[in-house]
Amino acid sequence: MRIIIIGNGVAGITAARNIRKRSDHAILIISDETDYFFSRTALMYAYMGHLRPQDLKPYEDWFWAKNRIELLRARVVEVDFEGKTLRTSEGRTLLYDRLILATGSKPNKFGWPGQDLDGVQGLYHWQDLENMERHSAGLQRAVIVGGGLIGIEMAEMFHSRGIPVTFLVREPSFWNNVLPAEESDMINRHLREHGIDLRLNTELREILPDTRGKCRAVITSHGEEIPCGFVGLTAGVSPNVDFLRNTPLEIGRGIRVDEYLQTNLPDVYAIGDCAELRQPRPGRRPIEAVWYSARAMGETVAHTVCGDLTPYDPGIWFNSAKFFDIEYQVYGDVPPTLSPEVETLYWEHPNGRKSIRINYDRLTGAVLGFNLMGIRYRHNVCDQWLRQGTPIEAVLESLGTANFDPEFYPQHESELVALYNRQTGRMLRLKRRRGVGWWIGG
Amino acid sequence: MQEHSFSLAQPAPVLTPWRQKVALALGALGVLLLLITWAAGRAIAPIPVLLASFGLMSAGVWLFVREEYLKHPAGIRNNGTWFRSLTARGVWGWALGVLITGFYVCLYWFPQYLRGLVELFTPLSQALRARAADQWFVYGTLYTLAVLLMGIKFFFKYRHNAYQRIRTVSVVFFQLWFAWLLPGLLVRLQQPEIYFSYFWPLSYYQGTPMAYQGYQKSDLGLFYFFFGLAMFFIGTPVLTYFFGKRWYCSWVCGCGGLAETAGDPFRHLSDKSLRAWQVERWLIYSVLLFAVAMTVLLWVNVATGRSVLQQFSELFYKAYAFLIGAAFSGVVGVGFYPLLGSRVWCRFGCPMAAWLGIWQRKKSRFRITTNGGQCISCGNCSAYCEMGIDVRAYAQRGEDIVRASCVGCGICSAVCPRGVLRLEA
Repeated sequence: MRIIIIGNGVAGITAARNIRKRSDHAILIISDETDYFFSRTALMYAYMGHLRPQDLKPYEDWFWAKNRIELLRARVVEVDFEGKTLRTSEGRTLLYDRLILATGSKPNKFGWPGQDLDGVQGLYHWQDLENMERHSAGLQRAVIVGGGLIGIEMAEMFHSRGIPVTFLVREPSFWNNVLPAEESDMINRHLREHGIDLRLNTELREILPDTRGKCRAVITSHGEEIPCGFVGLTAGVSPNVDFLRNTPLEIGRGIRVDEYLQTNLPDVYAIGDCAELRQPRPGRRPIEAVWYSARAMGETVAHTVCGDLTPYDPGIWFNSAKFFDIEYQVYGDVPPTLSPEVETLYWEHPNGRKSIRINYDRLTGAVLGFNLMGIRYRHNVCDQWLRQGTPIEAVLESLGTANFDPEFYPQHESELVALYNRQTGRMLRLKRRRGVGWWIGG
Repeated sequence: MQEHSFSLAQPAPVLTPWRQKVALALGALGVLLLLITWAAGRAIAPIPVLLASFGLMSAGVWLFVREEYLKHPAGIRNNGTWFRSLTARGVWGWALGVLITGFYVCLYWFPQYLRGLVELFTPLSQALRARAADQWFVYGTLYTLAVLLMGIKFFFKYRHNAYQRIRTVSVVFFQLWFAWLLPGLLVRLQQPEIYFSYFWPLSYYQGTPMAYQGYQKSDLGLFYFFFGLAMFFIGTPVLTYFFGKRWYCSWVCGCGGLAETAGDPFRHLSDKSLRAWQVERWLIYSVLLFAVAMTVLLWVNVATGRSVLQQFSELFYKAYAFLIGAAFSGVVGVGFYPLLGSRVWCRFGCPMAAWLGIWQRKKSRFRITTNGGQCISCGNCSAYCEMGIDVRAYAQRGEDIVRASCVGCGICSAVCPRGVLRLEA
């Protein structure tokens, strides 16, 4: 059986690796972007000089031939789902028995005047990084539009090269449609501590061109003109599926799939950013353009393609990021605003750069989510508590077992317990504290 | 396949701000004073020149720390590492490599060319040891100074990380006290010059009959001889079981001390390929075997009344001293820092590291654990592993990392942007 995967991002690659683990099927991965798989989330580190471009490749180049995974650098322009063939831009026609679509995303553009000027772009593809590099020489200021994860990454990238950054955020606080108010404000402060010109409640109205069709300034919703040689558009991404429209394939915002990641057509699957679940699990979105979800889908679809029909189980939600120097981890459900039945316990370090938040059910006490800033918690411990709906007090008493910070780091779990006691009048004690190694504490 | 895939169109060099340039220039001026004295072959006004040299280097380091680290919020600061000539095998990197290599070649085989430096360091040697300097005192002092100054730089670079702070204080302390001040004081007190932080087989001489003959003349010497034996047979397995080989390699050892401090700007240059790992395993255990065979032959020779092996065993010893003791650990091990990374010797050659590694791999509580599914395969952990371990290969599969070579420096855990890695024992 011949399996073709379109897209060599983490979804497609994970699918290929897992198909190879369980079968001898012929596997071909087609990508228009790069010859080899690279870590998209690490693009920023190549720009910042932490890593060389080749360091972004998680596998050495010999890995693919050794595992009989064929790679093809080409653009797929047309898929004939009935004839089970696809055509590349070079005119080659390829036959498949099973097709896995893992085409990823493209940056959103919302029809801003000037959005297609030279020097205006998002950050998603390898080529976006090359373009950023091209525009960086002699750049006096970059303006970034959109207060999310890619926006703050772009800000950090330019900042690392000493290029001043103005960061336009539509909302009154950074990423506050995801982060609760306190965490969001922590990042506002941190951005300003780094000297980022953060403009909250500010939208992009227009991008102005110079005489050669390159951007020279933006005009904000407040009417201010900010001169800049680069505009980063980072207001989210949407599925990269345009070449599949007007085919029998059912497409909404993304490629519609059932819980087995099957599309409406036989032997065609979609995974990763480009897939839209017809019936997402409660509390989850139909499209999750996240590394971890893409990886999990890749693994799931491999089972199904190899004959072992397996539903996609996204598990307990988790995610992570790093906002300049502040690491962020979330496990479970931590919405930006609380519903009445949810109670939250929020502790913040006096230095304003670390915090722990635990949400729990007001009635049953079952923990619902963890939000960590500047502190590392164990995924599997939190995951288990969340799955079992462990009561908050039991969690607090053994909270030390969740701590994943390096040895000798100050541990703040007892402060969290004390805070809980103050707020509730309870007398809990932290029973399980993580030792500084086994030899101190235990 | 297109060649230009994975190369940036214009790798723009990061401009070093002028204050950092002043800092680097001050430090370079301090080094230049030493170079002039080295080239001149004699020292003029040794006390002021030495003070000026050390002062300039210290001032340079402090200014750099202030501008590069203290003026910014604490955090991982590897910006431009792969763009700078000095840290990306550019012209300055090669120049530094040639300079250090040249120094080691003189040190081991042409000490007569170091006369100027020996004269320069004599007042300091008089003050500490009450005797004139020799090339080894020059070497030891420069080595310790490098560990101290670059240790200060490292400390502030990672000032947000308690593990790195404490580890750096430890490794600088062991170099300063056990490998410089204490041996100097022992010389002053007419005692054998003992470096308690080194023992056989890293200090290959310490386990030989020649060494024993010298040591048995004093209680302290005898103590050191048996202390070394105990550390090899008992201390190493026990301590490595509880802590991993880091108790020595990145907390105590002087070679490790230099790598962790002066070598830190070059840690990313280590080879991460599978091929390099294969070479590593062959090479390092061969050196351990070589060290054991060399020592055993010397003792057999003594036990048989020097009748059978006389010249052969000593030839074997001399070969080890030349090939491993000088060429590998010194010239290649340190001279090639700016080209091959800071742990070439520790990874490919050190017999002590091999011995510690066997215990770490087979019988130790130490491992690096990974945090569930949080890895994003970014590769920072692998890139900044000075031992060339492809940490990412384990992290992205969610596997614990149990590798003989890991020295437990903790940098993989520090640079990970998603909090995936943790050293545990």
